[in-house]
Amino acid sequence: MKLDSKIPEGPLAEKWTKHKFNLKLVNPANKRKYDVIVVGTGLAGASAAASLAELGYNVKAFCFQDSPRRAHSIAAQGGINAAKNYQNDGDSVYRLFYDTIKGGDYRARESNVHRLAEVSVNIIDQCVAQGVPFAREYGGLLANRSFGGAQVSRTFYARGQTGQQLLLGAYSALNRQIANGKVKMYTRTEMLDVVLVDGKARGIITRDLVTGKLESHSGHAVLLCTGGYGNVFFLSTNAKGSNVTASWRAHKKGALFGNPCYTQIHPTCIPVSGDHQSKLTLMSESLRNDGRVWVPKVAKPGLTAKEAKNIPEADRDYFLERKYPSFGNLVPRDVASRNAKMMCDEGRGVGKTGLAVFLDFTDAIKRDGKKAVEAKYGNLFDMYAQITGDNPYEGPMMIYPAVHYTMGGLWVDYNLMTTVPGLYALGEANFSDHGANRLGASALMQGLADGYFVIPYTIGDYLAGISQEKVSTDRPEFKEAMDKVNNTINTILNIKGKRTVDELHRELGLIMWNYCGMSRTDAGLREAKGKIQQLKKEFWSNVAVLGSNNELNQELEKAMRVADFIELGELMVDDALNRTESCGGHFREESQTPDGEALRNDDDFSYVAAWEFKGENQPEVLHKEELNYEFIKRTQRSYK
Amino acid sequence: MNLLNGLKEATNNMKITLKVWRQKNNATKGGFKVYPIEHVSTDMSFLEMLDVLNNDLVRKGEDAVAFDHDCREGICGMCSLYINGKPHGPQQTTTCQLHMRSFKDGDTITVEPWRAKAFPVIRDLVVDRTAFDRIQQAGGYVSINTGGVPDANEIPIPKKIADEAFDAAVCIGCGACVAACKNASAMLFVSAKVSQLALLPQGKPERKERAEKMVAQMDAEGFGACTNTGACEAECPKGISLTNIARLNREYLSASLTSYEVEVKGGD
Repeated sequence: MKLDSKIPEGPLAEKWTKHKFNLKLVNPANKRKYDVIVVGTGLAGASAAASLAELGYNVKAFCFQDSPRRAHSIAAQGGINAAKNYQNDGDSVYRLFYDTIKGGDYRARESNVHRLAEVSVNIIDQCVAQGVPFAREYGGLLANRSFGGAQVSRTFYARGQTGQQLLLGAYSALNRQIANGKVKMYTRTEMLDVVLVDGKARGIITRDLVTGKLESHSGHAVLLCTGGYGNVFFLSTNAKGSNVTASWRAHKKGALFGNPCYTQIHPTCIPVSGDHQSKLTLMSESLRNDGRVWVPKVAKPGLTAKEAKNIPEADRDYFLERKYPSFGNLVPRDVASRNAKMMCDEGRGVGKTGLAVFLDFTDAIKRDGKKAVEAKYGNLFDMYAQITGDNPYEGPMMIYPAVHYTMGGLWVDYNLMTTVPGLYALGEANFSDHGANRLGASALMQGLADGYFVIPYTIGDYLAGISQEKVSTDRPEFKEAMDKVNNTINTILNIKGKRTVDELHRELGLIMWNYCGMSRTDAGLREAKGKIQQLKKEFWSNVAVLGSNNELNQELEKAMRVADFIELGELMVDDALNRTESCGGHFREESQTPDGEALRNDDDFSYVAAWEFKGENQPEVLHKEELNYEFIKRTQRSYK
Repeated sequence: MNLLNGLKEATNNMKITLKVWRQKNNATKGGFKVYPIEHVSTDMSFLEMLDVLNNDLVRKGEDAVAFDHDCREGICGMCSLYINGKPHGPQQTTTCQLHMRSFKDGDTITVEPWRAKAFPVIRDLVVDRTAFDRIQQAGGYVSINTGGVPDANEIPIPKKIADEAFDAAVCIGCGACVAACKNASAMLFVSAKVSQLALLPQGKPERKERAEKMVAQMDAEGFGACTNTGACEAECPKGISLTNIARLNREYLSASLTSYEVEVKGGD
């Protein structure tokens, strides 16, 4: 298989404009003859479904939640980047492009990232026009703040709930199209397979989560906007329902999986409190604008937030400010996370588990007053208090890194099409724009860029080239896919084992966190591979799922997702084993600079690793898409 | 910071008795079942305590209790639960943000689904809230397409107005307002969206039509009338204010006085 990224020729800044002109168009009267399936209703899915319906396509949209508004984009807190340069502080499309490429440790495509920076400005215009209530200055114009990995203020925000407001904007556009009859919405419906006819994606198999009924849906193209796979770690900041099933089933039908080992561990999360823990809660990175990260210079096991004020300034180590004077507490996420881990590994961690560092607002409260801090971060402080029982106005917060985002995902070309014709992946579900590490406030940007401003152009080029004829769901390809899904469900229900789904999922998560988390070694990864294979056997012989298929059965839903996570986990380990360099969020202990920073190896690893499924229990085959840096000179990333 | 009141010493050894509503599906009758649960930690969230219960039930060969949840950080609005006679329980927060430190060793906790005609029970504690989506579809948007919009800073909005619109826009659509109301009225939910868009210049061209259509859909879904008791505001986990209902009433009244599209609704 030869990977064709379809990157347009020409100067960087002209690629997208020229490409848009060269793309084939579907004439307005013909658009209604095409049906498009959109799976997932987060920022990417809702914006794509609404925009395609506005153009005239017939859209069927699916989500497993009870409403499209629940998709996990809603939980994004801090903001969305855009190269508006409203602050007159030197921002530009090129600077946003440059920061994003560098932040991703030079493992993303130049052409995609430049396009992302170009359309970022349109996103803000679009959202404001929808009535998204962004933060404003007294003069009535939009406010900005700064985020990690950037030295300009280009982040637009709506208090600590930017994702919510952006998603509700996209949801409102989607609702308008549902009301117009151009989008048919299926809630509490989960996609369980993609159906190929003559090698092209022509439909999906879904399960109605209330009745258990399996259904076939056909269309001319299928868009997977199904988010990331952070829940492979069991504990992550993802919503409990977030899963890899749609992507994984597509992968098994021929879509290559790109850079699965690239995961982002977010530095500012609330530490684990006990074995009952079901998820981790993120505190927005924006807190690092005013909070100072520190640990005691000499280990003080069990130090609590209440006792922190007794530690004199001279005995505190503000390690990010010390090591990275020019970016300070606003270094990118991977750097901040790794340093927190190093402090805890040295035994200087705080709190009852020793797996935490302080994030201290004392200076900000002294400087700006409690009121000002409350106005900026009030909801985050409340959330922290609610979860931990500590008052962050009186003592520092305790934070520890947690899995937050996955840069890897289905491999897509410049048009966002996977290696299966007619099958697209948008937003976090694809691998494309963040390289080996994503900068803060860039996930919302990418989701909306893909949905509002990329797919509406690129899908036309594909649809204009295929027949308008609809395929019937009576075809054998649909029947075969449905039978297979049915078999999987029956197999799981008939195991009647002793281990609960949660137990097995926790076990997988622990393997992934210990061996394929913030730092990885050859020996550890090999051990993990064996453990995962064993766990897979355990799952298929000893999982306990009660009830039947013909009812709301949440244990069954979870079991099917965990089965896919186990297989993905093994591929992540393979990918991490193969990439013996360190880059961004992927840190191989064997490859580091003398002062412990990630050491890239551009000679051997300047490629996207795209994995091909070859059959059950067969090793996957690696394909490489070389990353050619024509416009940027790569350097050792430094935030010092 | 009412959240911090009543913090208790951490323990992982509380005994709790749960009285949980079990109902196989919408066609069968439900009833309460009692489950004792031990070794409950004050650091657990309420839903984590239910996870423990469910894992125990599955190990014993009993069906797990079905309940809705997703983000578990208080923003997606998917979790519900009527706990000890209050939507989302004793704190003014979402159920997923409620922690067991809000309860005492030895407590009996009653857990029910939202009770409202417009929210039929699907199973156990899971209800159907699609009526809320249909109300939004009736008019909770600004009718613009993707592309071709003005530069974001060409629409200056006074900070005070933007903040007020934001305060209305934070509604998470959980339905606690309906569950709290003796009439199962959805006025707080509807008023939040109507207010957000009526306050902002972007929403002004359609404000009359929007108020009329959303209220008509609300009525069609079978939600009850608002009698201004304020129970909804008191239980709203996001602090949506009753002033939004006042604004919706104004919007609706002025719309019906000047409406050029006379809607014929039959008898009354």
